[in-house]
Formats: sequence, C-alpha cells, structure tokens
Amino acid sequence: MLEHIELFFKSIFVDNMVFAYFLGMCSYLAVSKKVSTAVGLGAAVIFVLTVTVPLNWFLDQYILQPGALAWLDGNRETPELSAYADYDLSFLSFILFIATIATMVQLVEIIVEKFSPSLYNSLGIFLPLIAVNCAILGGSLFMQSREIETAGLALNYGFSSGIGWFLAIVAIAAIREKIRYSNVPAPLRGLGITFIITGLMAIGFMSFGGMLTGGEDAPPAPKAQTSQTTIQPAIEKEIETTPLVVSE
Amino acid sequence: MGLLSKKDTRLILDPLADDNPITIQVLGICSALAITAQLKPSIVMAVSVIFVLGLGNVVISLMRNIIPSKIRIIVQLIVVATLVIIVDQVLKAFAYELSKELSVFIGLIITNCIIMGRFEAFALGNGPWKAFLDGVGNALGYGVILIIVGFFRELLGSGTLFGFKVLGDSVEKTGLYAIGYENNGFMVLPPMALIVVGIIIWVQRSRNSALIEEN
Repeated sequence: MLEHIELFFKSIFVDNMVFAYFLGMCSYLAVSKKVSTAVGLGAAVIFVLTVTVPLNWFLDQYILQPGALAWLDGNRETPELSAYADYDLSFLSFILFIATIATMVQLVEIIVEKFSPSLYNSLGIFLPLIAVNCAILGGSLFMQSREIETAGLALNYGFSSGIGWFLAIVAIAAIREKIRYSNVPAPLRGLGITFIITGLMAIGFMSFGGMLTGGEDAPPAPKAQTSQTTIQPAIEKEIETTPLVVSE
Repeated sequence: MGLLSKKDTRLILDPLADDNPITIQVLGICSALAITAQLKPSIVMAVSVIFVLGLGNVVISLMRNIIPSKIRIIVQLIVVATLVIIVDQVLKAFAYELSKELSVFIGLIITNCIIMGRFEAFALGNGPWKAFLDGVGNALGYGVILIIVGFFRELLGSGTLFGFKVLGDSVEKTGLYAIGYENNGFMVLPPMALIVVGIIIWVQRSRNSALIEEN
C-alpha cells in the first residue's frame, strides 16, 4: 500500500511529465490558451494513460522482455527451462507500444462516441491528437525502463502521471488567460513568455524533489533522471583530474 | 548547383531561421529540451532526427498514393517506428553509453511532432526528392536549436564543451576561474532548457518583427 502512495505522489509532483521530462510539450503549448480546452485535453490524457500503461505492461511482461515468452510452453515460473528462454524481443517495443496506443485511442474514441456523446463532444477533437502525444508513449517507455513490478503499480503509474500532466496544462492555461492583460515585451508575446513561465514553474516543481526522501534511513527518492545523469560526469571528471594537477 | 533549384534551396534554408520547427512552428519540443544539458547528446539527437525525418519523408512520399487516408496515421507511425528502431539499435551497438544517457528519448522520436507534422503537411503531397529536402531542412532547423541550447547549457553550466574544459579548471582555479568566474550549476537542470529556448525565441523575434504574435 505504501509503495502505491509513494508512486502516486512521486509521479504527480517529483517526476512530473511536463516539468521534469518535458513530455507532451507540443500539445501542452498548443492547447493551453483556454482553461476549458486544457481541462478537456488533460482529462483525455489521464484516461488514455490509465488504459495504455497497464496494457503495455502486460505486453512487456508476456512478449517483449528477454525470456518473457516462457509461458508459451507452460514454464512461466521457471523461464530457464523453457524452449523460449533465449528469445529477446525487446527491440520491438517501440513499434508494439505505439501500435497499442494508436489502437486504444481509436477504440476509446469509438466507445466514448457510442456511450457518452456529451463527453465525446467535449473531448472529441483532442482524442486523435493524443495518439501522437509524447506523454503517452513516454509513460509506457518509462514504465518499461523503470521496471515497474506489478500490473497494479503500472495502473497507478499511468493514472498519476496523467494527473501530473493535467495539473501542468491547467495551471499554464490559467496563467496564460491572465497574462493576456499584462504588458509583455512584444517579441516575447505568445510562445516566448509561455516557455519562460513553464521554466519558472518547473523550478517551482523541483522543490518537491525532497518530498519523498523521508529522513536519513529511507533511500533517497531518485530525482529527475535527466539532471542526475548530466551532473554526474562533470563531478567525476573533476575528481579524476585533481591528482594529475597535484603531481605537477 | 544543377542539383538544387532555387525553390529546393529554400526548402532547406527556410526551416533554419524564419520557419524554424521549434521556435516558429512549435513542433518537436518534447524531446528537444530534455537532452540538451550537454552538447554531445544534442548533436546525436539532431543527427538521429535528420536520418529519421529525411528517410521517413521519402518513404511516405513514395507511398502517398496508396495509403488510404483513414489509416494514414497508423501507417505513418509504423514507418517512423521502424526507422527509430534502426537508430536505436545502431546507437546501442556503437555508442552504448550515449544511448543509455538518451534513454527513452530516442524512442520518443516516434511521437516527435515534427515528424508527423512534416509527413502530414509535406510528404503526403509532394514527390520524394522534394520531401527529402524538406525533411532534411526541418530536421536541420530542429538540430540548430538543439545545438545552440546544448552549447550554452554545457558551457555555462559545467564550463565544458564535449567534456573539454574550455574555460579552465574549476577546482584548480585556472583560466577564467582564476579571476573569480563560477559555473552556473542551474544551467544543467531541466528548467533552464525552457528558459534558454524562451530567450532564443526572444532574440529571433526581436530581429524579425514579422514573427511577433498578436498576444
């Protein structure tokens, strides 16, 4: 239970799709002029992420991972005995994931149109857009690369990253509605100021980074991956070179 | 110059400045920002996108008359996904460290809006040679922004370029550091990518007032 709560808050705030990884920026910038449309797109993203991440989790577990095909001859528990133990289809994951996403988006569109025309009318134009929203594919790829363990956690991850994205787009839409009345320097109007505001919001969201470390005993929550990988080499190199200079 | 007519040259040169995919068309920002903390991954990303977009545009353009318009999105996605798998496998084979660093962002070229955008807007309506030029041009425009952002973020953030200490040694206080210069560690963090792109847009639009938006 605790891991569910932790993953939930981590995906919304610490690893926010928009502010930590810049996923789904295209639609984030294009559809954030009004709060009402932003809410529609945000809801659609939550919905599609919640459906596709667990689905792709099953694909990953039962088809793509090295040795995942072991269930074919009944050796799911002991993959090393299976005749399929050596099969590694993980290079196919991009194509399978995107196919699942495109199909699901189409399916969701048909189902929503049939059973809830009012929801369809409010989401309608956004649904097809979502198939090519990086946040959706990104959700599945992060699910795969972070090796999320159970289907429940995958469902949780999809749902909570969706909420994170929703929060981000609604917040920027609200700010953009207000900023129309401000005196922004002409060349910055529109796109430029939106970029800079998003940057400032991302700085704000970075303060959530320490939220889940929970004291000294608990393992530190992995912060935004991108920043970690980039800072690391710089520090290492400094350490490498110091003895050299000293010997001189 | 028999190969490129004047019109063809425009196809390549326009996206580099006044029709830039990132700063003007607002396409492909997703992956552009996350990997620009250093120069090297930015260049690798730019080259990968040039490859995928150039070839993808040709393939789609060759198939433009046989793709049923109802399922064209799926066809386009499959074409891109195939090309991206090639890039991913090549990177894993020849530059494993780099491919680890780029992690999911190579995969995310598939949903890079530049690619779908150019397929829809250009490749579906033009011949293969033009489509190729358009693809390369737009990918170059994307790459230019990536390299500018990567250059400044690495230079100001860690004082290096491609890992070489161009500003002197920050620990030993040589070079610029001797007169009290400090690295701005903030530049390597994700939010600064957005602000740097914002500044690029600002500079570009101040130079060319035709690009200024109404609101």
